This record gives sequence, C-alpha cells and structure tokens, in this order.
Amino acid sequence: MNLKPETLRQIDEVITHYPVKRSATLPLLHLIQEDIGYIPAEAVEWVAAKLELQPINVYEVVTFYPMFRQKPIGRRHIKVCRTLSCALMGGYKTCAAFEKEFDTHRGEISPDGEVTIEFVECLASCGTAPVVMIDDDLHEKVDGARAKELSDEIKRQAVGRNKAASSG
Amino acid sequence: MIAPPKPDLVTVNVDGKEIAVPKGTNVIEAARLVGVDVPYYCYHPKLSVVGNCRMCLIEMGMPAVDPATKAPIMDPATGKQKINWIPRPQIGCATNAAPGLHIRTNTPQIKDCREGVMEFLLVNHPLDCPICDQAGECKLQEQSTAYGRGYSRYIEQKNVKPKRTQLGPRVTLDDERCILCSRCIRFCKEVARDDVLGFVDRGSYSTLTCYPGKALANNYSLNTVDICPVGALTSTDFRFKMRVWFLKQTDSIDTESSAGAHTIVWSREGVIYRITPRRNDGVNDTWMADSGRELYKAVRAGDRLAAPRVDGAVATVDAGLRTAADVLKAAPGAVAIVGSGRSSVEEQFVTRKLAEALQAPVSLVSRIGQGDGLLVSADRNPNVRGALVTGLIQALPGPQLTALAAAIDAGRVKAVVSVGEDLIAAGLTPAQLAKVAVVYVGTHENATSTGAKVVLPSLTVFEKSGTFVNQQFRLQRFLKCVPGPAGATDDLALLSRLVAAVGGAPVPGELHALWALLAAEVAGLAPVTFARLPDTGLLLDPTPFAGLPFAEGAGLHYQPAAAVAATA
Repeated sequence: MNLKPETLRQIDEVITHYPVKRSATLPLLHLIQEDIGYIPAEAVEWVAAKLELQPINVYEVVTFYPMFRQKPIGRRHIKVCRTLSCALMGGYKTCAAFEKEFDTHRGEISPDGEVTIEFVECLASCGTAPVVMIDDDLHEKVDGARAKELSDEIKRQAVGRNKAASSG
Repeated sequence: MIAPPKPDLVTVNVDGKEIAVPKGTNVIEAARLVGVDVPYYCYHPKLSVVGNCRMCLIEMGMPAVDPATKAPIMDPATGKQKINWIPRPQIGCATNAAPGLHIRTNTPQIKDCREGVMEFLLVNHPLDCPICDQAGECKLQEQSTAYGRGYSRYIEQKNVKPKRTQLGPRVTLDDERCILCSRCIRFCKEVARDDVLGFVDRGSYSTLTCYPGKALANNYSLNTVDICPVGALTSTDFRFKMRVWFLKQTDSIDTESSAGAHTIVWSREGVIYRITPRRNDGVNDTWMADSGRELYKAVRAGDRLAAPRVDGAVATVDAGLRTAADVLKAAPGAVAIVGSGRSSVEEQFVTRKLAEALQAPVSLVSRIGQGDGLLVSADRNPNVRGALVTGLIQALPGPQLTALAAAIDAGRVKAVVSVGEDLIAAGLTPAQLAKVAVVYVGTHENATSTGAKVVLPSLTVFEKSGTFVNQQFRLQRFLKCVPGPAGATDDLALLSRLVAAVGGAPVPGELHALWALLAAEVAGLAPVTFARLPDTGLLLDPTPFAGLPFAEGAGLHYQPAAAVAATA
C-alpha cells in the first residue's frame, strides 16, 4: 500500500469521527480510491486491519457499491449519463462517439492509457442532456461533435504531457 | 383459584390463545408454544436476529388505552379491551413479547404477505429439488407447499451463479439456491469466530462468498450446512449419497471428547450416511464439531476386527472366552486390566466386576489434547467420568501406563485384559507387551490385537446402546443405530461372560437388567434407569469428584470447577 502521507493523515483523522471504527469503512475506501485510483485487494486487507475488522467485512462493502473500482482505470474517467433524459437525448450516441475517438470499449482502459469510458446513472442535469462528466468536470449538451472536441482536448493535453515528460 | 403469573412472565395472545411467556421472548418462540407455526428462514434460535428474509410477517396489536387518562378502552361488541392493530405487518423474529401483546398469524393479509415473500424468494431459485440434497428437509420446499402458488409468473431469465464452489475442505456451495438468509455468515462470526463468509455484490446479484484466498476450514464448518434452510451449503461428504427421507434417525452421543455433543446418526439398511447435531441447550446448543461427524467411518473401516482369534487363528467366541479364562486363571494375582474411557458406563461397571473377580489392578488410558473452547474438550476420552462414577478407577489416569509397565518389567503381571486400548500407543514397549498374554476386547486391529493371545471383536458406539458421562457429569444415552458386523459381539455380553468364566459373581450382559444392578450398587446412579433417562441427559452429583484435576478448560456450557469456585 503506497498511500500519500496526506491520505494517511486524513485516514487517521476520519476514524476519530465515528463512535465505532467500523463506521469509517466507507470514508477510508473513498480516500484510498481518490489517492490511488482504485481499491486493490491489498487495500481491502489494509483497511480491515486498520479498522479491526475481517477482510470479508470490507470486501462486502467494496463489491456492494459500483463506484468502488477494484481495477485501475485510465488517466481520465469519462462518465456518460444514460438515465432517461440523457438516453432520450442521445447519451448512447455520445458514448459511442467517445469509444470511437479513443478506440476502446466502455469499462476498459483505452489503448493509450488515457481514458476509461463508462455509463453512469443520473448526473442531475437533465435540462442540458446529454451530459458527461470527465473526472470532476460536468460537460453539458454533449452531442457527437462536442464529444469529438472534448476528445481532441484530452489528446492534445496528453501529447503536451508526453512532450514535457520526454524533454524533462 | 388461578395462580397469578410469575413476575417475569407476560401474557401474550397468539391467534386468540393466551399464553404466559418470559418477557422479551421472541414472537416466533411464543407462537411455537401455543402450537402456531410462524414460517421463517433467517431466524435461528441460537444466532442473532437480522430479519432479512421477511417470511415471519405477523400482525401485531396492543390493548388500546385512552391517551389522556390511560384508562383501557373497551370494545362494546365483545366487552373486552379494544386492540389497536398496527395496519402494516411486522416481522415476528424481531418482535419481543410485551404485556398484552396480540399477534395474528392467520389473517388474509398475512397469508398474502407470506405468499408474496415466497414468490420473491423463488424468483431466482432454481428448480433443483429432484437433484438437491436438501430436498425432504428444505424449509423453502416445505413452505412452498403452504405459501407457494404452484406455478411461476416469472418469465424473465433467472440469475446464473456459481453452482459448485468449494468453500472449504468439507463444504460445497451452490450459490443459485442461496436465499441470502445470512445464517451461515452469522454462525461463522458469532459461534465459530472465524468470520470468512460474506455477501458480495448486491441486489439479485448478491452472492455468498468466502473471502478470496481464505477457506471455510474451521472445525465447525459443517454446522453451516445444518442451518442452511435451503440446499445452498451442502456437505461434500454427504452430497448426492442418499435421499434424506430414506434415512433412519437414531439419537447418539459424539465420542470424540468429554464434551459429549448430542447427535443424530442417519442410517439406512445398516449403513450410516451422516451424523448431525441434536439440540441440547445444556450441552451443545445446536452445534457439533466436524471431526465428530467423521467418526462413523470407523464402522466400515478396513481394519475392523472380523472374527475372534486365539493365538492368531480364527476361533469361535466360546473358544475365545474359554482360552481367555484359562489364561487369566493361570496367572492368579498377576493379571492387570486396562479399561477404557471410551467404554460406556455399563461396560466400565462390568470391567470393574471383572477386575474384582480377578483381584486385578485397573489402569485407564489417558487421551489429553488441546481443547478448542467450544465442543471439543481437552479430554478426548468421552467417558472418564463414567469410570470414576462406576468405581472402575479412583483417580484420573496418568499420561502413560507407567505403573503397568513397571509391573510387567518386575514380572508381577503375566496377563493383561485390554478393553479396546492399544497398549503400545498407550506407552508400553513391544518388549514389555511380548512378556504378557493379552486378552483384547475391541473393534479395530492395532499393535496390541495383532500380538494378542485372544482377540474378541466387539461393537462400535454406533452398534450398541449405553450411556456416557460427559464433562458436566451429565449421564447421556446413546442408542444402537446399525447392527454390528458378523463376528463381533456386544461388549457387555463379552465382558459379563468373561466375568462368569473366571469365576466371578454373574453380572447381567443385557442393558436393562444390568441397570437394576448398577442402580443398586453405584451410589451416584441410584435413581436412574436406562429406559427412563431423559433424552437431554441427567446431571449427576459431581461433588464426590470435586477435588480431581480434570483436564478440560472452559467450553460451550462448561466451566472448569476451579473457575466456578473462583467466581463463587
């Protein structure tokens, strides 16, 4: 478990918020996923040891919530809404557009490691459907053309980062 | 005059029948007392209540009182106090008896509720009954007949889940059959204290799993199979062997240790198929150890003694007994007896009679292991206390047969009677054993029987009846489940005939007749007869043996005398 010192500090702090340690299971898992992007198997055992539980108790929680990931994802997480309003307004087409742009399938990491595309349920912006969330940023009225723009933006940033990495 | 109810009792009304129960009694248990069946899956009397199957829905009401004056509100139609019924059903397992509590289980609403719950439980349940081991003892199957609709309205695809997961060395899981009652999870956590089971995923994808990389391997894992209300958890040993309705159930006792768990032995046509625990709230609740369930395999083991032998040659029982008597009478004053903590109380009594007839010293083989704090105690002999009660021994057996070994070396012992004990395993050297003539009465071949002068095959605990005294000094009865093999003779008959053959006073070789003598001669057993011994056993007075350093540590429903004295 290679957690940042800041995460470890937050973990120790959040445990004190609850009358029983077990209650801190969810916040701990959130902190770990924010830190390393997913919940590896060793994290389940680490959390269990930290909260004086059995690993199965933590594993139940990790598998219950779909937003906890047990596998790494791409550098960016593209979440396409597929609940009714967005579905009616073309959320599925938007998703297909992203998939085509990054030559990947939803739920997988794109070949360049840049993105993982997933359907999610309502993002609470039905008036501007279809909506997409890329990491923490909401993008409204994302049709095929807008999806292309967003994808190009991501690719541009990736190129820039790669250049910086190779020159630096 | 009607006696007022005791202060800790409250009166509840179940389907119009009044009953006084201890305050806080679970409604399911209260209803059981008046003969009303409340169906349930997740509830178990020995586990915590979670209320997740929803099958035990009942209607509940309390007597109406005026909110302002607290005066009872009477119903003019009946002249009785009005009952305020809660409009929505409640779960019975999480409802506790309170004064005046009214329960209805037979209303149309409740029938509807149960049928609805049943239909949902069956939505993803496979129609496996014809090949399912649980068929015949399946709660889901039983309650489908009462609350099922007989056909399915479900036209969607059923869930597919793993069909044969090996949860551990002895338990196989069929996840499709699981109705997510969580009894097994609670058992592992609360009783076995090995929290490895849990539900992963959610909704109709919820799946019972062992934590990846771990196994349900503790010595109590098969209890999860017993408490599984459906056929999800099955015993790998018993799986697909026999339909349960063909099996005969016989009450028995687990002989693996002095904890003496009550068991049911399931057999058909003289063959035992499985052993399960029998509920006794004073001894083992509803549990038993996995190790005790394997013991029936000894009955048909390859090393079972098949015929009496004299000097290694097959002989008749009569010839064997005659030779044995000759051997023992030829060494007057030089005979030793090795009794057994595995013999029944009755056999130990007759062994004592044999020792008295021969003026022979008696030793017992000690089997001390590690206790597990539950139902396998440190003393692996089931009946050392029986030997004390019957007077076969006066002190606890030492770890090795050192006194006997010394006597043989000094030439003071020329002949030994061993009741089922392997003297080499108990500490004698082969050289010492070679110096004496051995009369061996036992069930299986071992180093002692192979070299014995006379071998008399006898019966295992499953083939005879008798009693044991467990660590609580509880006299417990076990009954004959299957007939013994040809060539083996009942231990009691053999020992009593041996007593007669060596010139002792005749002792009955039959259980009921022997008990008359036992009750007359053994002080602690005076009020007992075999036929009238309760199924739950009878606690004997332990005070004559209070000073002895028994090996057992604390276990389920057992505290060592020293610990009891310390807290008193």
